[in-house]
Amino acid sequence: MSKLRIEGVARTFAPARAGGQPTLALQPVTLAVADNDFITILGPSGCGKSTLLRIVAGLDRATTGQVLLDGEAVTRPGPDRGMVFQSYTLFPWLNVADNIAFGLRERGMPEAQRAQIARDWCARVGLTGFEAHYPKQLSGGMQQRTAIARVLANDPKIMLLDEPFGALDNQTRALMQETLLDIWQRDTKTVLFVTHDIEESIFLASRVVVMSARPGRIKADLRIDLPYPRHYTIKTSPEFSQLKARLTEEIRVEAVLAAKGH
Amino acid sequence: MLRPLEPVSAAARVWLGIAFFVLFVAAWSWATFGGYVTKTFLADPLTMVREGWELLTKHGFLHDIGMTIWRVVGGFVLAALVAVPIGVAMGTYKPVEAFFEPFVSFARYLPASAFIPLLILWAGIGEAQKLLLIFIGSVFQLILMVALSVGNTRRDLVEAAYTLGARDWGIIRRVLIPSSAPEIAEILRLVLGWAWTYVIVAELIGSSSGIGHMIVDSQALLATGQIIFGIIVIGLIGLVSDFLFKAANRWLFPWRLA
Repeated sequence: MSKLRIEGVARTFAPARAGGQPTLALQPVTLAVADNDFITILGPSGCGKSTLLRIVAGLDRATTGQVLLDGEAVTRPGPDRGMVFQSYTLFPWLNVADNIAFGLRERGMPEAQRAQIARDWCARVGLTGFEAHYPKQLSGGMQQRTAIARVLANDPKIMLLDEPFGALDNQTRALMQETLLDIWQRDTKTVLFVTHDIEESIFLASRVVVMSARPGRIKADLRIDLPYPRHYTIKTSPEFSQLKARLTEEIRVEAVLAAKGH
Repeated sequence: MLRPLEPVSAAARVWLGIAFFVLFVAAWSWATFGGYVTKTFLADPLTMVREGWELLTKHGFLHDIGMTIWRVVGGFVLAALVAVPIGVAMGTYKPVEAFFEPFVSFARYLPASAFIPLLILWAGIGEAQKLLLIFIGSVFQLILMVALSVGNTRRDLVEAAYTLGARDWGIIRRVLIPSSAPEIAEILRLVLGWAWTYVIVAELIGSSSGIGHMIVDSQALLATGQIIFGIIVIGLIGLVSDFLFKAANRWLFPWRLA
């Protein structure tokens, strides 16, 4: 059975002015995510891929259709669907350790146990020694590491990432991708990762889902059979280049459409 | 030399700040010692200091200062105790905001001083009247500003907290309140300054103690030195309370400066 089922989920936004035309952001999307899948959703900006992710998270509501996690319909946000945002969303008033332990505390876990888990996750994402730092004192990459640790400390059923490395420089982004892959392989988590970066989508994914320009729909669904563990050198391999060429073509058509539409 | 937004060194900042005070006293001395203003209307700085010293040593002015401070703090604390919870509730829940906001916005424009005759009828000229005036003068301002601050909490932080498992109460207690706490502290500091205006007005009109009372008495005696001394004392207390508030904020919210 699939871990996560997205069944005919569509989203229409109400018109900004009374009497205006409602905007169709997302055409009915159906997608089945298997346990331990690492799926990247690739699409041009404004295609509704973030909207889809927010609906899975329960932060937005589908106009039609439904999302099922382990057979249960999603109606509201919850800790079983941890989310990493593109904007830096660490709580500025909490230090790194307390940020990571936020969800645990919400669950009422005793302090000693919380601190232990926070320390472990700090180590796993390479932040040992920064436990007492406030978000303001961290670089963008370190903030996103903390955000990932904060979600994983909660042990979610599925991890949702909305262009989490979009604001990072190229080198940092490459390192973060490796860290994330590393964690995914060891913890075998189910991951849904939204990006507009073609290379990123191939490097990380076991499956790439390509979305069309707005109103978004799934136009391609590609299994990525590159072997794990993946080393960054794989990005220069012929197989990788082939996949990249194909996806570039798919996305280009959509980007052209999107540019015309706006 | 002067460039827009160019920072100034710490030492230069202090000296420039002091320089204005020196200039101010110099101008005042020039006007009074030079005989350009008669002593009846404006005492010279030395007379002010001498009369101030007499006030403190012979006329129990310290008691007046104490009374005024207690009234301000008492009325202000009452207002804060009422306003902060209401403001947080309004900022959090839009129906609560819709319920209170029109009335509070209206009440905010009622001049607190205009309530003095009414308050004297209700509560006499005792302490209750002064506390009530400060309360009325501060509470509506506080409510609106706190509500605005809480309502402006970053949405993405709230969403992150939801996806980490927070429910409504957790959102309020662990996101909305801590994220707007520094701003609420800043609002309290600001409105405390206004409360000082109200207390002096209350003491000017009907009181047997306090700095404002002393000022009215001095007016009858044409003791402008005492009046100026009283005004300066109010300014100094304001400066000190401001400093304490800022120090407390730095201590309470280290994450803002980190």
